[in-house]
Amino acid sequence: MKQVFKRPDSLKDVPFRFCPGCSHGTLHRMVAQAIDELGVREKTIGIAPVGCAVFAYDYFNFDVLEVAHGRPPAACTGMKRAMPDRLIFSYQGDGDLAAIGMSEIIHAANRGENFTVIFVNNATYGMTGGQMAPTTLVGQKTTTTPKGRAVHGEGYPIRVSEMLATLETPYYIERTAMDCAKNVIKTRNAIKKAFTYQMDGRGFTFVEVLSICPVNWGMTPLEAMDWCGGPMKEYFPVGVFKDEGKRVV
Amino acid sequence: MPKKVAMTGNVAVANAMRQINPDVCAAYPITPSTEIVQQFSNFVADGIVDTVLVTVESEHSAMSACIGACAAGGRVMNATSANGLALMWEMLYIASGNRLPIILSCVNRALSAPINIHGDHSDSMGARDSGWIQLYAENAQEAYDNTIMAPRIGEHFDVRLPVMSCMDGFIISHSIENIELLDDKQVKDFIGPYKSNVPTLLDINNPVTMGALHLQDYYIESKRQQHEAMKKAKKVVIDVGKEYGKFSGRTYGLFEEYKLKDADIALVVLNSAAGTAKVVVDELRKQGIKAGLLKPRLFRPFPYLEVANALKNCTAVCVMDRADSFGGAGGPLFTEVRSALYDLPARPLMINKIYGLGGRDLGLEDVRKVYRELVKLAESGKAAKLYEYITVRD
Ligand SMILES: Cc1ncc(C[n+]2csc(CCOP(=O)(O)OP(=O)(O)O)c2C)c(N)n1
Ligand code: SF4
Repeated sequence: MKQVFKRPDSLKDVPFRFCPGCSHGTLHRMVAQAIDELGVREKTIGIAPVGCAVFAYDYFNFDVLEVAHGRPPAACTGMKRAMPDRLIFSYQGDGDLAAIGMSEIIHAANRGENFTVIFVNNATYGMTGGQMAPTTLVGQKTTTTPKGRAVHGEGYPIRVSEMLATLETPYYIERTAMDCAKNVIKTRNAIKKAFTYQMDGRGFTFVEVLSICPVNWGMTPLEAMDWCGGPMKEYFPVGVFKDEGKRVV
Repeated sequence: MPKKVAMTGNVAVANAMRQINPDVCAAYPITPSTEIVQQFSNFVADGIVDTVLVTVESEHSAMSACIGACAAGGRVMNATSANGLALMWEMLYIASGNRLPIILSCVNRALSAPINIHGDHSDSMGARDSGWIQLYAENAQEAYDNTIMAPRIGEHFDVRLPVMSCMDGFIISHSIENIELLDDKQVKDFIGPYKSNVPTLLDINNPVTMGALHLQDYYIESKRQQHEAMKKAKKVVIDVGKEYGKFSGRTYGLFEEYKLKDADIALVVLNSAAGTAKVVVDELRKQGIKAGLLKPRLFRPFPYLEVANALKNCTAVCVMDRADSFGGAGGPLFTEVRSALYDLPARPLMINKIYGLGGRDLGLEDVRKVYRELVKLAESGKAAKLYEYITVRD
């Protein structure tokens, strides 16, 4: 019998322990598929964040380094410069990347470091129990903004992809969403493209993935997918913000 | 009338903050202290307190915002744990160096790596030389009481130093206990309005600069002043603890002595483990063994004269540390206690155990073993090992 579906080699044979419906599991799988398809598992090192994806090393079937909250871009920088032939990526939430680690990501992008960042924007700090993140939508209720995020005092959600795209050096920046199966595949393709650019030594690549956190949003997974495809996408439009590869071709 | 309520250590501290009603709270979440600010943000959202809550992007910014707010003349509070406290390091010294009486709840948690979220004292012990007053609590009641006393200690005109109030992550922060909450008015009357004996920023009649450059000319004098203020804090802690006892029924001192007066052997241990040790002390007393316990409450400034006096009649003492000082002459509590005893004409024999790192449980049997070793040590006069890990796999 022909096998049509199997676990990617880059994923270990263990069940995910994320909350039901969470995007992290699916996204881990997309990352693993992209690595398998490129045949680079033996060359890959992932940098895990502090956040719900802290257990990445439990699931990915390659080496993973766990670093302090917000510091993956600096750790990736060091690692990639020491081992330029490896595929190095960080996988970071919006607390990790856009709050505590904001300065590191900007400077790594600006230096044009040749690694890939997978940025999971789920509009909240999932792991610590649903506090306001820099990407929380205006009016969105969180445990630190029980009446909803107010612009006065808390500001507007930060569009990280657009902001990084204002820099000269980044090579590829795209935002995708995990709101339906089609877009999940698009996400995998974006990750694959980013990895390919990295293997070709092109420079800094960044994929922002709009994701869902049903538990902390207080929604069912289906409602959460709708919210991701609706209000979230409205504020954070998906698309390619920078693709120097396209420009060259 | 004070009332008994069941709540977690975190919620108890959040309620102390509600009753204190600080001007500003700036924080970034981290387990296991998250619940304090989370609960407090409900009080803010419901208009129960007047506090400005700033949800900043990191602990470094949280402490910086607290420094700004306190320098501007506000009463300021904040909570964190482990790596959050580590990220504040730079700012801790700036807060104390500028003599800003900020109050920080430190819910003790192990530092990375390996990453761990459970209770040990590596975070606050690492900050022990940052110029902050440090109070430790055995349970939720003490954490609540210490939080209410903290502004009175730190803001005292003889002191003007920041105060860190510590309790064990999860073991206390997340366990529900029956605690006695004071009336809001009692707390308000006890702490009073925020006052300063030095001009704050933007007092146009008394313009000041804070944190100005001090080189070889004045830096050491400024540190000397901090040193003197820290020394004066001891008396203030005693006075405030007594005054607190008058209306709450719970008087606090520098440390708690549990069946220590006539003890031959004693443990010195901080925080929740003291609760476990008391059970063992009671057992041993029933067996006719003169066991006792000293539970430090004030770790900075360290009351070394009083500690030496309290332990001077013991034959053998074990200090238990829930943090290591890698490469040191023992854990951080041990080196303090041991050096405190140096000037005694006859010193107790001493050993040190490192236990419970990363939240490893300390059971009754673990404590019994330590006391058994103390009995032997008292008889033989010879320690098998001065400094070692327990509750550990070999
Ligand atoms: C220095 C420091 N501060 C705070 C924390 C606590 N912390 C752990 S995860 C997290 C937020 C994670 O949110 P995000 O990055 O959005 O990832 P998610 O959990 O939503 O996937 C925080 C604040 C920490 N570990 N270290
Ligand atoms: S808290 Fe949110 S982000 Fe974290 S595992 Fe659960 S659903 Fe996913």
